Amino acid sequence: MTSLDLSIALPEILLSLWAMVALMAGAYFGKDRLAAALTWATVAVMILLAILVGVQGPEAQTAFGGLFVEDAFSRFAKMAMLLASAAVLVMGMDYLERAKMMKFEYPILVSLATVGMMVMVSAQDLITLYMGLELQSLALYVLAAFRRDSVKATEAGLKYFVLGALASGLLLYGASLVYGYAGTTRFDGIASLIHGDHLPVGLLMGLAFMIAGLAFKVSAVPFHMWTPDVYEGAPTPVTAFFATAPKVAAMALLARVTYDAFGHAPGDWGQILALLAGLSMVIGAVGALSQRNLKRLMAYSSISHMGFALLGLTAGTEAGVKATLLYMAIYVTMSIGVFAFMLTMRREGRPVVAIDDLNLLSKTQPIQALALLILMFSLAGVPPLIGFWAKFAVLTAAIGAGYVTLAVVGVIASVIGAFYYLRIVYFMYFGTEVDALDDDGAPAQRWLTLAAAAVTLLGVVNLFGIEGAASVAAQALVH
Amino acid sequence: MLNLLSIITFLPAVAAFIGAVFLHGENAQTQLQAKRLALFATLATFAISLILLFNFDPADTGFQFVEEHDWILGLKYKLGVDGISVLFVLLTTFLMPITIGACWGVTHRVKEYMIAFLLLETLMIGVFVSLDLVLFYLFFEAGLIPMFLIIGIWGGANRIYAAFKFFLYTFIGSVLMLVAMIYMYLQAGTTDIPTLLTHEFSAGPLTLLGWQIAGGAQTLMFFAFFASFAVKMPMWPVHTWLPDAHVQAPTAGSVVLAAVLLKMGGYGFLRFSLPMFPIASEIWAPLVLWMSAIAIVYASLVALVQEDMKKLVAYSSVAHMGFVTMGIFAANQQGLDGAIFQMLSHGFISGALFLVVGVVYDRIHTRDIEAYGGLVNRMPMYAAVFMLFTMANVGLPGTSGFVGEFLTFMAVFQVNTWVAAVAASGVIFSAGYGLWLYRRVVFGPLIKESLKSITDMDTREKLMFAPLIVMTLLLGVYPALVTDIIGPSTAALVEHYNDANGIVPAEAGMHAAADASHAPAAAAAPTH
Repeated sequence: MTSLDLSIALPEILLSLWAMVALMAGAYFGKDRLAAALTWATVAVMILLAILVGVQGPEAQTAFGGLFVEDAFSRFAKMAMLLASAAVLVMGMDYLERAKMMKFEYPILVSLATVGMMVMVSAQDLITLYMGLELQSLALYVLAAFRRDSVKATEAGLKYFVLGALASGLLLYGASLVYGYAGTTRFDGIASLIHGDHLPVGLLMGLAFMIAGLAFKVSAVPFHMWTPDVYEGAPTPVTAFFATAPKVAAMALLARVTYDAFGHAPGDWGQILALLAGLSMVIGAVGALSQRNLKRLMAYSSISHMGFALLGLTAGTEAGVKATLLYMAIYVTMSIGVFAFMLTMRREGRPVVAIDDLNLLSKTQPIQALALLILMFSLAGVPPLIGFWAKFAVLTAAIGAGYVTLAVVGVIASVIGAFYYLRIVYFMYFGTEVDALDDDGAPAQRWLTLAAAAVTLLGVVNLFGIEGAASVAAQALVH
Repeated sequence: MLNLLSIITFLPAVAAFIGAVFLHGENAQTQLQAKRLALFATLATFAISLILLFNFDPADTGFQFVEEHDWILGLKYKLGVDGISVLFVLLTTFLMPITIGACWGVTHRVKEYMIAFLLLETLMIGVFVSLDLVLFYLFFEAGLIPMFLIIGIWGGANRIYAAFKFFLYTFIGSVLMLVAMIYMYLQAGTTDIPTLLTHEFSAGPLTLLGWQIAGGAQTLMFFAFFASFAVKMPMWPVHTWLPDAHVQAPTAGSVVLAAVLLKMGGYGFLRFSLPMFPIASEIWAPLVLWMSAIAIVYASLVALVQEDMKKLVAYSSVAHMGFVTMGIFAANQQGLDGAIFQMLSHGFISGALFLVVGVVYDRIHTRDIEAYGGLVNRMPMYAAVFMLFTMANVGLPGTSGFVGEFLTFMAVFQVNTWVAAVAASGVIFSAGYGLWLYRRVVFGPLIKESLKSITDMDTREKLMFAPLIVMTLLLGVYPALVTDIIGPSTAALVEHYNDANGIVPAEAGMHAAADASHAPAAAAAPTH
């Protein structure tokens, strides 16, 4: 029994062990000399683990007496997170080396955060959920303040920590209410207590607090305030990390809690999610309009995109979960492309992040500009790029569940959002002449941008088969 | 030739890809190669589309050359043409080589320019041949990207404002259509257009925010589609993006915009609004008819006071598109035939007029009407071509412009005499601004210094105009060329529309479906 349990959580255990080994290695062998090697090794470990997760059989297995589950849904999310984390590690290296921030703790913190996320998406119990969430969050707090001597980064770290702790508190309070009224922390136990279409009021209160805490993690409005500041203050590689894997994890966790524990009453939490989704789509789009800093712009853009992803969950159907998973996978792909490019943005060796630094990029770096153009139109949701298919899937799910008004709000928000994506294209293609950005070095980032753009463009043929995987994953979650 | 439509659709894109991969640098030789590649690709596409035309069977009112494959998210990749769409494909492939010819003088980022146009051609053809709702939307929307870049990179002084306005205006129209499309998908359980054409969407009463909505769900979907197509057409009062886009776009961009992109709106009305929401169309037809009448008069009056040649032609386009919507929503045989005819004819005429403006713009680099005068003294050939297309634009009998206007008038007269009367006054204004423009630019003494050394059209420009002149005159004297092909399909559409609304046609002999193959001849007869 025990050995079986451990093998089910093998990816998490292996990644934790790797983090420990790397920590030892870093501490014993002259610290930061090993940083680059450790980062590459971490990338390799993550890719191998993603393969390991991918080749598991289709059936669901539970471990630790039902506290932990390994099913198609968690596998989909874990693969997305592991690959995203690996990509972020690769693309951050050049930047960190130039900024003299290449410390061996960096890959270790990312690994530990990833372990936390993997536990989160496999949680079948409020305690497992909280453990995973805190492991992830604590690693992220440190990462946000990774550039210790920068006031902005420290501020970002502190802000993230204070607000994150508040969100954890809300979540924990909600969990305790749920426990108090349900008498169990197990998701299946909670689900078995729900009769009829509506939740008992105590459980509803608990759920509302838990959703508030999780909304903070996905940065859904009105719990989004930290996002622009932390995105701006944190070092760009860390921002890239924030924008990708943790978002997938938080969204998947939200799906876990709502469907596994409260799936019998989608009408109740559907209203809460609908409000979060609607506000996020609109405020994210409007907030980005006046941003001059690419990182802040991407922060608001991510808020808006999370609104769309929530739209899928709001539907409360299998099609909705599938749409959300597709949306997250596609969003992460596009984000990786954009952030990989942002990490190459330097002028005379100094990193720059204002959107007018992109002026006439199409002249100096035509291929990168084209890739970024494709990514921007995709983020705006213009067909035939995959960003459109993501929006199409969630809108179909939402309209299918009767949220037509919310879908209309969403498409109008996407038009508002199109403006600032177009503005980036405007700077790159129609702008005025300024000093060109450096176009030397950072080959890995450039290739990642190109690869993301290629995926974005060619996805129209068959979405690279992730549709099928998302479908199986959604089936596993929605019974 | 099972994949004929796919070949026609994607040949330009393949050429664009070849250009992107194999052509490098910005020297004169690469530029010439890029232009030749684009010209060759568009000519080849046109040649293949002729095979399509010759193998097309007009008597068959269903879809022909159908291709179907499974695609993502439960959708299908399905192509096909019927009498309504086939000529739009031809219009596109016919005009693209001329468009490429019109950008022969460009020297700024030539390779990218050619690639943008080739991609645009693929996307435009795709719109007309798609038989899947979402595939249609994909082509419809994706066309915005190359057009945004064409206006923004190669346009005039105020190009950025125009590019953004163009993109956002059309985008907001289309996303509402997307919501309606998804709703249709969920209602009918399919995105297959031939199936949707026979699906009866609910038109029962519906209350929204305390308002009783006549036509129910059909009305809501009708307006969602209307938002998209009306902006694209463009109809008054959402036409304001067009003059900006036209004025700022380069000549070739204006030609494509006026000649093909605007037709997508009209095509959309014919393909979706009328057959899929017949009850809502019938309810709201008076509104659309009046909007069309206002568009014709208003745009003609505005055109009268323009100081910029391109802006004048742009407003004239808005007026002429008013005839199209008028014909479509008259919803009878002459109306639909006339609308399609008017769209094709406008494709040739407005394209030619933008080229006419482009010819002098290339020489003098201004579009101010004030800057010209007396061109006939130096450019007799140009004056003759300009004259022909001005007359065609006015709707002189013997040119294709007349047939379309006449048919739509005849159609709307049966439905709403007042609209016909108001719209008819627009024709007078149209003669006014057209002839006045011609007088100010071409006639009068040649006194301006800058014009003293202007040269007449060269061979390339003559070659560009020749096919347009032929088509304008040919369709003017023998409109059955078009009406024979579109007739059976439009007759079937009218019959379907009348069935859905329970209308018994007044002139049963002319509309009877049993006699569909003879209907176009009857409809076109008065114009011979």
